[in-house]
Amino acid sequence: MPEKKILTDKIEKMDPGRIGSYGGFKALKKALGMSPEDVIKEIKDSGLRGRGGAGFPCGAKWAMALKAKGDKVLICNADEGEVGTFKDRYLLTHNPYLLLEGMAIAAYAIDAKKAYIYLRAEYRYLLDGLLNAISQAEEKGYLKGLDITIQEGAGAYICGEESALMNSIEGKRGESRFKPPFPTQKGLFEKPTIINNVETLSNVPIIIDKGAKWYSKLGTDDSKGTKLFCVSGDVKNPGVYELELGSSLKELLDLAGAEDVKWVQVGGSVGSIVPSDMLDTPLAYETALGSGAVMVFNSTRDVVDFVHRTIEFLNEESCGKCTPCREGTEVMLEVLGRLVNGEGMEEDLDILENLGTVMKDAALCGLGQTVPVPILDSLKYYREDYENRISQSVFLRTLKTVSG
Amino acid sequence: MKSDKLLNMIKSEQNQNGYVSEEAMAHISQELRLPLADIYGVTTFYSFLSTEPLGRHVIRICKSVPCFLQNGETVAASIEKELGITPGETTADGRFTFLLTNCIGACDQAPAMLVNDTLYGNLTPGKIKKILQSFD
Repeated sequence: MPEKKILTDKIEKMDPGRIGSYGGFKALKKALGMSPEDVIKEIKDSGLRGRGGAGFPCGAKWAMALKAKGDKVLICNADEGEVGTFKDRYLLTHNPYLLLEGMAIAAYAIDAKKAYIYLRAEYRYLLDGLLNAISQAEEKGYLKGLDITIQEGAGAYICGEESALMNSIEGKRGESRFKPPFPTQKGLFEKPTIINNVETLSNVPIIIDKGAKWYSKLGTDDSKGTKLFCVSGDVKNPGVYELELGSSLKELLDLAGAEDVKWVQVGGSVGSIVPSDMLDTPLAYETALGSGAVMVFNSTRDVVDFVHRTIEFLNEESCGKCTPCREGTEVMLEVLGRLVNGEGMEEDLDILENLGTVMKDAALCGLGQTVPVPILDSLKYYREDYENRISQSVFLRTLKTVSG
Repeated sequence: MKSDKLLNMIKSEQNQNGYVSEEAMAHISQELRLPLADIYGVTTFYSFLSTEPLGRHVIRICKSVPCFLQNGETVAASIEKELGITPGETTADGRFTFLLTNCIGACDQAPAMLVNDTLYGNLTPGKIKKILQSFD
């Protein structure tokens, strides 16, 4: 199956500095002629789910916010910190207007007068382009009644998690909150809030324009539409590819020119590991998807080294609020450090597995709950690599005893 | 809501002076009538905020998996060699601070780095010297 470009069609030929290059916010006009309830129904019927990684049904989220009492807030999550993910950067660079149109429609649907774009500090170079796009859209009258503020992050992976993101806009440490209450009840400054990813909101104008019926024909039963995939690692042509959901991983890898694949991690640092004999896995919420990051590893790569580096990242980025994640990543890193340095112990794999199970159940937010995924997946498919590290360690210790 | 100004005030201090000094934290604490511990807590939470003076230019080279796979470590080593400092350090003349950072979302151009707010991708040790020379 070739690429199916609905968000990225001719995107690189556009001039992001000129709103005229994008067209006339046709979908917004259409939405404004519908009732908010009908707009939400259209999004619900389309089957659109969150593109940031968690996959929550978008229309259901909006419906909850519309029903809530008080001033509503819309937040666009542009804190794309998931390792191997750069699709939002791509959309924001080439077509910020699609996002702004999606935000205008979402704000109308939930009756929000205030909106934020939370832009990660690492993407500061996109700020001027975004501000320019907003001011052009305002001049054209497309953002009437909607005040959009860009809140810049300050460097923290966890702020991509919605409750941590809200704390950060509130000027606090970006620590996750307990749920409930959910953001649609009590979100930013305790107001009903919806938080959608850049790619999710960029789908909205297309759904309104072409209709839920057309849109929902794309994809699988549980995963409608297309998805932007970010391919990196051991491939000839790294980059963003837009494919219909449900396309196989192999099709994507062929497009990107992957050879000699040992394994692929789909969904970012906490994404699932797909070994080379399972490349026909469909890319969809029900199988493997996450943020759309697809990191490719060839046969020269070592899985234990990779997992060690991944846990090092998650350990640094854990916000520290809940014990399972704060201490769990610490112990995991210690154990993996032992294995990588030839100091592994027989019980190390049990420690990793037990800890992983506890963290899945007991961590406060999506970060801590998914930290065990790369560990448990790699233990499932590459247990031998771990066991080899342990027997090497045992051998090294024997040598020391003999020579000492 | 007084606390919602906090992060932005700390950030503007960082942007103006290159770091957030103890005096600046005390000043913000008084102005917002928030405990000094809160100011310190927010400042030290975020990786782009520093309580120590940084160089005029801050190099952040990505150490996450996609950049690692494209020999990011070799490029980082070439920066160390070029500047004579290790990650976390600032050159004696205050020109550069050199930091390792987590994924900067430029994995299609790996290995990549930010110098201040500018992105440099597809790096090789050979390209480093020229890039660094372009900063005063």
